[in-house]
Amino acid sequence: MNLVRPIASPGRPAAATLGLVDVDIHPRVRDLAEFRPFMSDADWHRLTTYGIHARHGFAKGYPFPKAAPLACRRDAWPPGGGPPASDLPFLQEQLLDRYGMDIGVLNPLQPSGQGDVNDGLSAALARAVNEWQVEHWLRHEDRLRGSIVVPYEDGAASAAEIRHWAGDPRFCQVLLMSRTCEPLGRQRYWPIYEAAAEVGLPIGIHAFGYSGHAMTNGGWPSFYVEEVQEHATSAQAQVASMVVEGVFERFPDAKAVMIECGFGWMPSLGWRLDASWKRLKDEVPHLTRAPSEYMRDHVFVSTQPIEEPERPEHLLDAMEWIGWDRILFASDYPHWDFDDPRLAVPSFIPEEKRAAIYGGNANRIYRFR
Amino acid sequence: MSRHVVAPVAEIPPGGRKVVEAAGKRIVVFNLDGDFFALLDRCPHQGGALSGGIQCGLTLSDEPGRYHFSRAGEFIRCPWHQWEFDIRTGKSWFDPRRTKVRPFPAAVEAGATLVEGPYQAETVPVSVEESYVVVEA
Repeated sequence: MNLVRPIASPGRPAAATLGLVDVDIHPRVRDLAEFRPFMSDADWHRLTTYGIHARHGFAKGYPFPKAAPLACRRDAWPPGGGPPASDLPFLQEQLLDRYGMDIGVLNPLQPSGQGDVNDGLSAALARAVNEWQVEHWLRHEDRLRGSIVVPYEDGAASAAEIRHWAGDPRFCQVLLMSRTCEPLGRQRYWPIYEAAAEVGLPIGIHAFGYSGHAMTNGGWPSFYVEEVQEHATSAQAQVASMVVEGVFERFPDAKAVMIECGFGWMPSLGWRLDASWKRLKDEVPHLTRAPSEYMRDHVFVSTQPIEEPERPEHLLDAMEWIGWDRILFASDYPHWDFDDPRLAVPSFIPEEKRAAIYGGNANRIYRFR
Repeated sequence: MSRHVVAPVAEIPPGGRKVVEAAGKRIVVFNLDGDFFALLDRCPHQGGALSGGIQCGLTLSDEPGRYHFSRAGEFIRCPWHQWEFDIRTGKSWFDPRRTKVRPFPAAVEAGATLVEGPYQAETVPVSVEESYVVVEA
């Protein structure tokens, strides 16, 4: 890896001395036809004739505009046409070159078929999205890594997809969404963790997805601002489920990277789980350690959106609890809540810890170097 | 501070805007119904170029469920994180006292007075007959 890039990178933070890795970039197809070469005639016919069926009532795709068209930065639309992050040269210029990124992790969102009600179509699309990542992005740009998109509601098909890409260094994690049909600790999802452990990849769990359930514990919210903050609660439910069901007991090498979920909730979740576990561990004898210990050993978080408490020491305390070696920089490019690496990681964080967040931690967890 | 001729008036119609360079700064000039305003083209939050954002109005509420839309087009919304600034003052809506984008005085001057100088007009040729937007930066 080049620590000093030959190209001008005005946006690279000086503190990124261990590398600059962005663990959350969202590539998008210009047109569904980009998937066509990677789908059978039958699957393509199904997709184009009957479409995607998200677990979201009768809504198709985005049920409302999210503050900006396609929820993207208005300056991220490529000059040559197409939606944001659909054009490699423009993504290189606006993100990788400008900020001097050493590695960027692709997390494809819809239309990816993840969580689709039709298991067969979900699996076919997952394969197409993965082939598309290779052909449109990874083959042309060494700085990018892919995420293995899996049809996560079908554990066996997901495991097959993971094993299909086993050993391919262009993929660095398995990608799940945070809103799933059942909590992620349930055994229907264990084939995913088993296969991921077998091929040695972490599990990235990105906020969003369509579960079929109301997106808050209290029902459907009225405002987008409510949905945005809800990611913290769905992430907590997923972490609690994976810990309590024994995923990390059964798969001791499993790593879960919570992407775009925030992290201020981590300490309080750990405290509450530990307090309850002390009184109720008779119910879950398969857990051999306190819940917070599993969290600290197996759960990683990303910076975007980073919490912004009024007093810096509150953020430092939360990060200290999680572990300075467990926090990864993310930009969320090209979405409207994108974080500029120079400004997203506050300068009151000691410099060597910022260096770990910018690149050291991701390099270790994803084995980039 | 010096005065810069940045465009003929006709080049920035009402509702329009133009990004200009003056005194080494990127500045975005707005025309709100014939009045001109100029702001530094850089959001004080994370540095997004304000000129890439949309102009919006102000939705106010005196109680939940009651909304009033006003001042259409008088706020610039950053293309990144949706921070809103009053084009007339550069002040942010959410924290006008502490969070603002730097405004520059902008005015319309007749070409006949401008040819007298002093002004900076390296890129805009001035003719006596036309009127021009002048920014002080």
